[in-house]
Amino acid sequence: MTRARRILLLGGVALAIVGMCHGAWYALFAEHQALDRIGGSLTLAFQHAADQDIAAASVALAAYSEGKYIHERQVDAHGHWIGLAMLLIVLGIVFDRASFSEKWKLPLAVGLLIGAAAFPLSVLLQTFSHGSIPRALSVGSSALMIATLAVTALGFAYNRSSS
Amino acid sequence: MTMGMDEMSPAAGHSFARLSARRLLLLGGIALIVAGMMFGDIFAVFVLHQNAARVGAGLSAAAHAALAGDSSLVAANFTNVGSFLENRGTKVDTHVHMIEFGYLALLLSITMPWVAFSEKTRRAMAWTFLVGAALLPVCVFFIHYVGLAHSPLKAIGWASIFADAGGVCVLVATCAYLVGLYTYFRSRPQAAPTDELFKARSATGRLLLAGGLVLILLGFAHGAYYAASDLYRHEALDYSLLSNMVTASASHNSAALDTALARYGELQGDKAVKIAAHAHIIEFGLLAMILSFFQPYVGLSDAWKRRWAWLLLAGSVILPVCVLFELRFGLYAGALADFGGALVIAALIAMWVGISRHADRLDSALEASS
Repeated sequence: MTRARRILLLGGVALAIVGMCHGAWYALFAEHQALDRIGGSLTLAFQHAADQDIAAASVALAAYSEGKYIHERQVDAHGHWIGLAMLLIVLGIVFDRASFSEKWKLPLAVGLLIGAAAFPLSVLLQTFSHGSIPRALSVGSSALMIATLAVTALGFAYNRSSS
Repeated sequence: MTMGMDEMSPAAGHSFARLSARRLLLLGGIALIVAGMMFGDIFAVFVLHQNAARVGAGLSAAAHAALAGDSSLVAANFTNVGSFLENRGTKVDTHVHMIEFGYLALLLSITMPWVAFSEKTRRAMAWTFLVGAALLPVCVFFIHYVGLAHSPLKAIGWASIFADAGGVCVLVATCAYLVGLYTYFRSRPQAAPTDELFKARSATGRLLLAGGLVLILLGFAHGAYYAASDLYRHEALDYSLLSNMVTASASHNSAALDTALARYGELQGDKAVKIAAHAHIIEFGLLAMILSFFQPYVGLSDAWKRRWAWLLLAGSVILPVCVLFELRFGLYAGALADFGGALVIAALIAMWVGISRHADRLDSALEASS
């Protein structure tokens, strides 16, 4: 068992557990409250509109928008962590079929693991900051994930054509 | 070359023995995926569009109530909208969790030779996993109907509590398997796995692996494009259209309100189809890759294995592409998307039957030899 495959298999299962723990925490302690806040804010916005109080309606609408922004990212992080974890496990099983030397497989596996861990994390970080750093991290980690997966696919294709 | 049962070693037969952890997770995993997909197809045909129309109508009624200055009617309409959204959300969650747990079960089934526990412990963990994987989606489905009835908690009902208990079962089993994997790798760092599934490289297996990888790459590229071109624009538009509705309601501008409502409906549709296409193409790609490993266990002829693999890949392309075109071509594209989903389900059931046949033959062979 090579180190690259071990990184992908153990990293994949560990990442799936991280995703599940995050999902369980969110479902137990945050989701119901968040959905109540989102629904309540939107209702309040239109009730203020009914009372022709546009300033108060705007405040409620901003709260709704912020709540929805955070909720969507929490759900996205949970889903992406587990989805990418399963992809890592699959790649870990077949990684020996990629026609690269072990010297190249190791950084490729590390790149896949970093991309799979960092992308959902960057999505989660967007709930703390609307600034450019979490977004840049999202772009960088997703680009890393796509690039390493494309290189891995090329490795499989080259292996097949050479065999 | 496809590896038939006769070519498989006794060790392989033993690892796939009756009620072994691998067989439980493999057959249970495929059953979960098939059930989740059938539920998703039924949901898409009979609930999704009708529910979206009700949500739109509820929002429109609430906005018009605000326009009329009736604050209590606004609240009543939003209560209905919340109920429709909860109905939709719990059904999507049921569909997604059932399929994801199925995938994870299949992956854990493949890695079973690397889990350094006794077969008894592996089997106990497999049952724990499968019980949790069935309990969570079923209970999530009932959240909308049970609500907070007799619940000891303020915000979480009994269905949610049982769903979370199911999630904990899955989590415990996965953690246990991780410990088993870690123990194996620590004690035998260079040992090559002796399992037959890792060695098998049939033509069908390669087709599913390559096809799945291409689908996943396409899905990633589409997701990156969506994030760059639509995600933040959609979020900004969502806020600005709601803001327009609020302003139009407060200023009694019925025409502006109706325009904003219509554009809001279009936006929700655009968002939904793009996210669904992205999610489905990746999920199907992953499924194809996972199923490629199990081809030696599919007790069908090579020709039929290949046909089912092509059918699975065809459905995996048709569904997400047609979902993307749903806004332009309406029900025709929707019907084709459902047809694509049905192809994937049919191929999956065929493989499940093939694996069951292989398992029966293996049991008979093991009984005859003992």
